[in-house]
Amino acid sequence: MTTVADNGVNVQALLDAREVLKGAPEAAQFTWRASSKWQGGVHTTIKVQDFFGLGQEQGHKAESVFEADHPEVFAAEDSGITPIEYLLVGLASCLSAGVASVAQNRGIQLRSVEAIVEGHHDIRGILGADSDVRNGFNDVKVTFNIDADASKEDIEALVAQSQKRSAVFDALSNPTDITVEVA
Amino acid sequence: MSVPATERVTAVVIGAGHAGLAASHFLTAKSVDHVVLERGEVANSWRRERWDSLRLLTPNWQSRLPGLRYEGPDPDGYMTVPEVTEFIERFAKVSRAPVRTGEDVSSVRRDGDGYRVTTGRGEIACRVVVIATGACNRPTVPALADAVPASVRQLTPFGYREPAGLPDGGVLVVGASATGVQLAAEIQRSGRPVTLATGEHVRLPRTYRGRDVLWWMDAAGVWDQRYDEIDDLTRARRLPSPQLVGVPGTTLDLNALSALGVELVGRLAAVRDGRALFSGGLRNVFSLADLKMNRLLGTFDDWARTSGGDAEVGTAERYEPTRAPETARLQLDLRDGRIATIVWATGFRPDYQWLDVPVVDAKGQLIHEGGVVGGPGLYALGLPVLRRRKSTFIYGIEDDAREVIDHLVKYLGMRN
Repeated sequence: MTTVADNGVNVQALLDAREVLKGAPEAAQFTWRASSKWQGGVHTTIKVQDFFGLGQEQGHKAESVFEADHPEVFAAEDSGITPIEYLLVGLASCLSAGVASVAQNRGIQLRSVEAIVEGHHDIRGILGADSDVRNGFNDVKVTFNIDADASKEDIEALVAQSQKRSAVFDALSNPTDITVEVA
Repeated sequence: MSVPATERVTAVVIGAGHAGLAASHFLTAKSVDHVVLERGEVANSWRRERWDSLRLLTPNWQSRLPGLRYEGPDPDGYMTVPEVTEFIERFAKVSRAPVRTGEDVSSVRRDGDGYRVTTGRGEIACRVVVIATGACNRPTVPALADAVPASVRQLTPFGYREPAGLPDGGVLVVGASATGVQLAAEIQRSGRPVTLATGEHVRLPRTYRGRDVLWWMDAAGVWDQRYDEIDDLTRARRLPSPQLVGVPGTTLDLNALSALGVELVGRLAAVRDGRALFSGGLRNVFSLADLKMNRLLGTFDDWARTSGGDAEVGTAERYEPTRAPETARLQLDLRDGRIATIVWATGFRPDYQWLDVPVVDAKGQLIHEGGVVGGPGLYALGLPVLRRRKSTFIYGIEDDAREVIDHLVKYLGMRN
């Protein structure tokens, strides 16, 4: 009996893209964009729709709108999640997408993939209460709960490989050069 | 000025290390007239580009070349660099290789239906060329080395001989392949505190179930896996060397280094404002290496079971996962004097500047199919996974050289 795993990921398209882009590095250059507008207080609205890639302007099917604010314990209105929580959103979704893709490529059928992402944060940094404390996370912990037709070891390998190929894992775990300008 | 007469020979082999000499051995067997050009002396890289304590990773009994095997008193030991040099020299003598030492090749270019080889002594016209110049001609140093403060001494494995040659003080070893772990261990033992920047790596025990791990690689058929049977050949060819040292019974993995007091940090990601910044992905590179090691040990166990050899080896075992530091260091000040030296154990690359034939890719690697290079009549030997996983090991050259020279002879249209 042979069954073909179907996790809904078009791995063949990704493998084909890999082959094509090997010989066309310029087409592989993407620019992701978000535009934000301050709403008053510490509340900002962020919209994401268009991006650049494969040599031309591209767009999502629809615009996505995100509200970022701070919770009431920060004496704010709590009109949306805290900016640093968006990093957790990005990490969880990126690693999960990786798990699904790698599982598809390895012929592993997934039944459920759940993750808890925790970022440990000492807010004395952002408050300027202690200059030895950093502003960002001290560390981040991701706990996956995966139900799949595979051994524990194979599932661990899926999760390890998804970190190895994750954009957000890399962006969070390695330094990135950032330029901030006033137009 | 007189133009030196062009010499004519059927085949030119470039490099008189074990690979070039193995090519010569089979060319002689097939009666193909040839010369072996060597920039320095036989086994030149072994004489000049290796650190003092280095030993072969393969046990002595496994050190064999066509028609030559180890016959000394210590089959389970590992050759020192002088012993390897002597072994390769003996091979050159036994196989009566037509080696010309001190003849540096400055150019190889297409000429009619063959090639023209320019050396410091003149020109040679030939039908075929075998490139056996090795995969480790230059140490690779990442571009971020330029941002390292001038107060820190920087060294590659080519400049390193022994810990005593380093200034006192801390040492940042970058890279945890065979080179990195060996240097980290001996430098730490010399009293210089070592920080080891660790990216993806290959963890192996020295012995498994009572046998050398390289015995298993051979016995279980892993080493004989052919290049055209491997899923991701590019990756296999770029694989870092395993964390092994040529000391009997001694496993030199990251847990062993931690026990010595070496501080493990993530991959060196950037040097910014005089500070080294390390990746926070250390636990994942540990998991990847542990998982891959266990998968390999699993294939050994499967082989032992199916081949009926279970009774002849020890019981199956698994090792403690790589211990991650409680909190991994993410940065290190390179200006406060605690780090006196950085050793770049970040790999090696070949040098084909002399090769005036368009057969080198954008990454500087030779384009070839199992040692058959794109230009007709051009061949390579002694590169990683050239035809098999064992290709770069001394013991791996015989099968590769026989097959590549067979192809070459067919190309020449000879009948032997």
